[in-house]
Amino acid sequence: MSIIVQNISKSYNKAKAVEAITFEVKEGELFGLIGPDGAGKTTIFRILTTLLLANEGSAIVAGFDVIKDYKAIRDSVGYMPGKFSLYQDLSVEENLTFFATIFGTTIEENYDLIKDIYIQIEPFKTRRAGVLSGGMKQKLALCCALIHKPKVLFLDEPTTGVDPVSRKEFWEMLKRLQQKGITILVSTPYMDEAALCDRIALLQKGSILKIDSPENIIKNYDKVIYDVRTQNMHQLILDLKNYPSQYSVYAFGEYIHYIDKSAGFNPKDLAAYLEKNKHSEIEINISRPTIEDVFMDL
Amino acid sequence: MTKEKIIAVQNLSKQFGNFIAVNSISFEVYKGEIFGFLGANGAGKTTAMKMLIGISKPTSGEALVAGFDVKTNTEMVKRSIGYMSQKFSMYDDLTIKENITFFGGIYGLSRNQIKEKTEKLVSQLELEDAVDKLVGSLPLGWKQKLSFSVALLHEPKIVFLDEPTGGVDPITRRQFWEMIYAEADKGTTIFVTTHYMDEAEYCDRVSIMVEGSIEALDTPKNLKKKYNVASMNDVFLKLARNVE
Repeated sequence: MSIIVQNISKSYNKAKAVEAITFEVKEGELFGLIGPDGAGKTTIFRILTTLLLANEGSAIVAGFDVIKDYKAIRDSVGYMPGKFSLYQDLSVEENLTFFATIFGTTIEENYDLIKDIYIQIEPFKTRRAGVLSGGMKQKLALCCALIHKPKVLFLDEPTTGVDPVSRKEFWEMLKRLQQKGITILVSTPYMDEAALCDRIALLQKGSILKIDSPENIIKNYDKVIYDVRTQNMHQLILDLKNYPSQYSVYAFGEYIHYIDKSAGFNPKDLAAYLEKNKHSEIEINISRPTIEDVFMDL
Repeated sequence: MTKEKIIAVQNLSKQFGNFIAVNSISFEVYKGEIFGFLGANGAGKTTAMKMLIGISKPTSGEALVAGFDVKTNTEMVKRSIGYMSQKFSMYDDLTIKENITFFGGIYGLSRNQIKEKTEKLVSQLELEDAVDKLVGSLPLGWKQKLSFSVALLHEPKIVFLDEPTGGVDPITRRQFWEMIYAEADKGTTIFVTTHYMDEAEYCDRVSIMVEGSIEALDTPKNLKKKYNVASMNDVFLKLARNVE
């Protein structure tokens, strides 16, 4: 096991940030902490990277205890915090050199590991980090977190606020790092990114609701979801919410995801109801659930 | 939909030194429309939006917002619009009530209007028990719903939303969009940026900016047809190559 977390709890004053969190991450695994703002993701990262003490529980990272062996952990892990935390007034190259130096290494020594990512920002290596675009900042931060060849990489919301193209590229980079044997713990509020992890923990309000592979989580979802669409989507949401046997109604891209609570539900009855409410171009089809559907139903 | 123009942009450009952030963009937005303004990071969305809300002067070109020129009549532009962004919306160390009073004052509402608006807004959002809580202590989703309502206090014709749902949980994100729909139904124009491509589908029309220019502008349905793909995510990936 690369990461073992047992019964970790942490409160700030009276506010509970995380409560009785337990999970394990295997060596070489890409493990996702999935949850919205305030779920406790950052608290878990800060405890595992020895920047914060838990009130209760224990945790082992790369074979070291987060309290007793905190110095050894700091040598063995890379951490990319959610907020951009590099030196804004140092250049790209200076930032990287700085991080290499404090970990007692050089850019050349581990260049192999960062090469793929670094060549994309190398043309701007004399530019100050503060003036880089969002995507470039993110790549530089990842290089700095990797420069000492960590065994475990912690990435706290690396893609928040990042556009879909850069997000896709970022996940491709993570897959390549994983192939090099690095264990990765990554958090994200984007549910579509959950599907790219080996296993995920769904987090809400400081507790883990579920841990499994994305495939199993979807497979074990036991409700039938219908894609519904008509010519007036806003009115459709309102009308579906008034349908007597509705269980949930959520907008999902070009469709509404509708779940009914009655066992004898017949889509034809729903279509007739919508027609009566002046909808046209009515489509009702069985849909495949996504992680987001499961998450919203927890 | 009535085709009353509420935003009219003609060859709008902004240059910083040698760098052209916005390169001669032209488009129109209609009354009551939900207009999605998409693009990769660094494509020029924020710069364009800053010109439209009257806080950045265009290098060249024209833009009329609610009938007012963004070059010469910024004060009237600002009075006609509401604005909220993910980064800045309200003061964390003021309570909900204090924030509403503060922004109501800025927008020039009378004491009575503020009182009325506060009651209405608080009951709509079911925040009755929280009015004296600091905004900083609210979950992000509540904060965003509240700041959307605050951006609408002075009943603007247009509201600009800059990534309003970033990091917000899936259920609250959808409640937020239901608020947007309801406001658009009342005739308010919604100008919104987002990185969630499922949200792009909720817009009446969507524009996609690439390297300072508008590469595509149409309904989500037509864009998917044109690029022969199944989702707006795929449209985006086809268009917005990642150029830094």
